[in-house]
Amino acid sequence: MQNELQLAGLLQRRLVEFVRLARSNNFRVGVAEELDAQKVALSCGITASTRLRWGLRALLCSSQDDWQRFDELYDAYWHPANVQSRVSAAAAGRSRKRPEPHNATESSRQEAVRSSDADSQGAGDSDDTSDGGGTREGASFAATLAKTDFQALADPDEMRAVETLVDRLARQMRKRAIRRQRVSKVGSRIDLRKTLRGSLRFGGDPLVLSYRERIKRQPRLVLIVDVSRSMSMYSFFFLRFARALVSVFRDVSVFAYHTHLLPITEALRQTDLIRVRNSLAMASQGWSGGTRIGASLATFNEKYGQIVNSRSVVVIVSDGLDTGEPDLLAAQLSRIRPRCRRLVWLNPLLGRSGYEPVSQGMQAAMPFLDLFAPAHNLHSLRKLEPALTSL
Amino acid sequence: MEGEDRVSALQARLAEAGYIAERSLSASLLLFTEMQRPLLLEGDAGVGKTEIANVIATIHDCPLIRLQCYEGLDVNSAVYEWNYQHQLLSIKLLEQDHVSAESAEQTIFSKRYLLERPLLAAITQPQSPVLLIDEIDRADEEFEAYLLELLSDFQVSIPELGTIPATSRPFVVITSNGTRELSDALRRRCFYHYVDYPEFDKELRIVNARLPQIGPQLSRQVVAFVQDLRKIDLRKTPGVAETLDWAGALFKLGISSLDAEPQLLMDTLVCLLKTREDSVRLEPFEVERLVARAL
Repeated sequence: MQNELQLAGLLQRRLVEFVRLARSNNFRVGVAEELDAQKVALSCGITASTRLRWGLRALLCSSQDDWQRFDELYDAYWHPANVQSRVSAAAAGRSRKRPEPHNATESSRQEAVRSSDADSQGAGDSDDTSDGGGTREGASFAATLAKTDFQALADPDEMRAVETLVDRLARQMRKRAIRRQRVSKVGSRIDLRKTLRGSLRFGGDPLVLSYRERIKRQPRLVLIVDVSRSMSMYSFFFLRFARALVSVFRDVSVFAYHTHLLPITEALRQTDLIRVRNSLAMASQGWSGGTRIGASLATFNEKYGQIVNSRSVVVIVSDGLDTGEPDLLAAQLSRIRPRCRRLVWLNPLLGRSGYEPVSQGMQAAMPFLDLFAPAHNLHSLRKLEPALTSL
Repeated sequence: MEGEDRVSALQARLAEAGYIAERSLSASLLLFTEMQRPLLLEGDAGVGKTEIANVIATIHDCPLIRLQCYEGLDVNSAVYEWNYQHQLLSIKLLEQDHVSAESAEQTIFSKRYLLERPLLAAITQPQSPVLLIDEIDRADEEFEAYLLELLSDFQVSIPELGTIPATSRPFVVITSNGTRELSDALRRRCFYHYVDYPEFDKELRIVNARLPQIGPQLSRQVVAFVQDLRKIDLRKTPGVAETLDWAGALFKLGISSLDAEPQLLMDTLVCLLKTREDSVRLEPFEVERLVARAL
């Protein structure tokens, strides 16, 4: 009896620990799930291993991404012999609060975190913004980000200037009617509920009419930022811009690409700048060389294509220096164009005197763009304001 | 081991009701009905998400209440609405009877004049129904927030009438196609299951269960063809629904084997390829290759 109780207590602890491990691996779970996990285990039977796996998977996952990562995490925790590296690599720097490392996964995870910190700090010493032109192969994305971009992300003055601009943009951005309606004093359709209630005062005669009108909203923004080597002078600025956008606009999605495409909206949403930098650097580890706009946009269309709708303004920020096929770029743009309201390409190089958009990638992209404009600093972005707000 | 038996039993019942589910899905569904927590289903269009709600209603022998979400969905069309025509008429009648304004108000804002929309209907059933909230991502954040409140409190307050508590807790199935990121709060409140395209064996069993008349040879070929077709980079990957459509079409046209009538086969591909680009992309020689592999 005593033994059974102890066993149960141990299992409970293991379960709670597992839920916490999931949390530190960016699963969206909280204390409530620690309790629910016990219920799930009871319902599934703790001895039925596969069922417990499925049950916990249903409980703890909340997106396709979680779904695909879950098995690995489960195996790593419950069958420690199979520890795999991806679990540790995927853990972001959130794990600080964990009391003590309890197995191999945990310690390797912390090591990963530590090494990333070292990466970004060590990188701060050297400043290489001088070679901004031309693509150079072989630099890993993480390095690029840490060295130039996110260090500078913390400069408060410039950040404030960007925020002011974005704030103004957000307020001025032309609002469009959507289908949701609200009650108002004027309008074209009568709101019967309000009118009828109002009519009771006059014994049922609707003397005062209430109306419904459509609500107006800002467009949905989709920002796709090139963070490759050739853009290193500018990408930090656009990521700031993106961060300001994320905090002001209701409906904005931001993606960064280099050789792959990654959603970074959630990372930008964190309030702590150091964390923003860390999670961006973590997310992008293992990337290397070249810029593949076409392939990145293909990923976008395939995985995130649904977020583009008739209210979307898609803004691509890139210099158009592409090591991939221009045809692929054109094909992908032709898929985005009909589904969004406006397709904008901001090219920082356009601000330089003597630059002509003659690169193959740029040439391929031109026919699909509603707006092709320079944007290399705050000033040029300010000049762009009227064009952006009227989109 | 008892738990395992229950999963198998549920799986068998699902199959009996015409839905072929793998064990992991059955396990999720068992948990979902036992713990009465909402189930969030994600997956590409045409993998049978909506069908899951239907089949749960069938095996529990309870009503299915469906709320199709769309942009602009509001309380009036999701929860309740007053029957205005009826109310206006009553006001006039009550006036003739010289009823005081106060009692007139009480009369016309009573349950008699209330039109139940899906969400209110779902919590006022005598028996727990299945509530299917289809494509939640199409509704906006405000609606999602409201839904969250409903799913935690299981009561609806109507200003004119007061609070209506739930008489039964519905089994809530929510589907999403990912056109918008759902809030963390909603995701956390739900069990999650990602529905993927079925494997060969499962899809074959689905086709055989739904269209037993087409025979084992054709069903085998059809499924092999579609499975291979999914590996090609198409704009719109065909789902199970498309497979069933196509198999049905082939059967109606009297085709018993895919290599029987190449021209006719090309014509039936409209069942699988739903965009112009895809139908241009899949050239006859590629179709021939797929057919050859499927035989």
